Amino acid sequence: MTILAFFLWSLAKVAVVTVVMLMGIAYTVLLERKLVGRIQNRWGPSRVGPFGLLQPLVDGAKSFLKEDLIPTAVYRPIYLLAPIISLGCALIAIAVVPFGANMGPHGVDLFQISNINIGLLVILGITSMGVYGIALAGWSSNNKYSLLGSLRSSAQLISYELALGLSLVGVVLRAGSLNLRVIVEQQATLGAATWNILGGGQIVAFFIYLMAAFAETNRSPFDLPEAESELTGGYHTEYSSMKFAMFFMAEYGNMINVGCVATLLFLGGWTSPLGDLMPPLQNTFINALLPIFWFVVKVFAFLCLYVWVRGTLPRFRYDQLMNFGWRFLLPLAILNIVGTSLWLAYR
Amino acid sequence: MHLILFFLFAGFCLAGAVNLLLQTHPINSALSLIVVMTSLAVLYLLLGAEFLAIAQIIVYSGAVMVLFTFVVMLLNAGREERTLGSRAAARVGFPAVVALCAILASIFLRAQGLGSAHLGEGLSNAPGQSNLVLLSQVLFHELLLPFEVTSVLILIAILGAVAIAHAEGSKIAGSERVAEK
Repeated sequence: MTILAFFLWSLAKVAVVTVVMLMGIAYTVLLERKLVGRIQNRWGPSRVGPFGLLQPLVDGAKSFLKEDLIPTAVYRPIYLLAPIISLGCALIAIAVVPFGANMGPHGVDLFQISNINIGLLVILGITSMGVYGIALAGWSSNNKYSLLGSLRSSAQLISYELALGLSLVGVVLRAGSLNLRVIVEQQATLGAATWNILGGGQIVAFFIYLMAAFAETNRSPFDLPEAESELTGGYHTEYSSMKFAMFFMAEYGNMINVGCVATLLFLGGWTSPLGDLMPPLQNTFINALLPIFWFVVKVFAFLCLYVWVRGTLPRFRYDQLMNFGWRFLLPLAILNIVGTSLWLAYR
Repeated sequence: MHLILFFLFAGFCLAGAVNLLLQTHPINSALSLIVVMTSLAVLYLLLGAEFLAIAQIIVYSGAVMVLFTFVVMLLNAGREERTLGSRAAARVGFPAVVALCAILASIFLRAQGLGSAHLGEGLSNAPGQSNLVLLSQVLFHELLLPFEVTSVLILIAILGAVAIAHAEGSKIAGSERVAEK
């Protein structure tokens, strides 16, 4: 394939995935508001459009039209750069996530923007770069509460990054590769029975990943850095309208990224849970779209789990949070690696 | 194509490094250093060392520089003051740097065996094999002892840090108890 053809196909894929991702972020906000509302025995947004489905569009318009306040004594270049770093890292990580099987016209891989051999490490790397958005936002705001919130949040993020990375090592040991497509295909042999969470024996790793991911995305029950009653809003106190919306979008974008990685590594990615019981359909168009359907269903289930946990559990106190990350999750993740290695060596 | 990418990212790297020296506020210098680290990672990727590239981003840009940024933020380091500078340093310094670069360049250009790496290709001594597999084979077969010793070294550093923090904490608690009495 010529460089120009590769460039144009990549551009098209990036455009489609970015639009879908941004719409997904907007509707994840609506999903959260409706689900948390139902958990709290109320409706959630239901007036704007049928079932409140036009609410995200109206929220977007509101964010654009609000007054954009920049306090006088902020350190301007970094104040303006921080939300860009946050949202950029959240959107870039989706570039290595495969949504469907490796098919497409003229040898183009239609369902993944870039097939990198070390795809899993790229996602971890971009997540570590996302810490800068929060750290710089709090510092540049020239506000004590913002600085405290951002420092707490950065310490929380770098502590739980360790448990996150180590919990994924068990999956990599089983798959023998860091390439996300290879990891998914290795789970697909028997449908749900060989997914890494069940037959693969990585259920402990899945729970460690789940808890570390809640902490990485600053979500309940680990959302002390941005809790309104604690630190008047934490690192995004001094931000208004579109910049605040960018932090918000970055948080939900990270939720979607984490959900995608969890489905790829633990839930079998785009493969159907029925495995070989369902014969491949005649229609190639539906055959191409069915994996995407399974992928979206699994990510949706993961997001519902996220929102369910947010609506149910109370917040951790900061020292309990750090204690949990360093003295429980990290040793448990290391034990998981040792256990998986022993099991694989025994076989 | 690879040459264009090389020039672009080498340019970013050099611009970041020069900006690091010219900025007065330490946070700007820290951010320029992040740009340098990330550009270096792209240069490693161009040479075919993909694992090293991503390890550079995860370890250097994502952990070491976060630590630097924390230090700048916590110590509230302000802008540097502009001094007049040292005239001796200007007169001897710039020619010395030029001479040093000339010596290094002549050594590198005359060395035997260099120039076997090409942009855009994989590793030249093991074509087709994955970077990661080769690296792990070397790390766990030939370099196993240095690997284990390095992990013990890092453990000692962590223990030292915990011991220092613990001693300071109990000293502060002790002085508070004395003050209460």
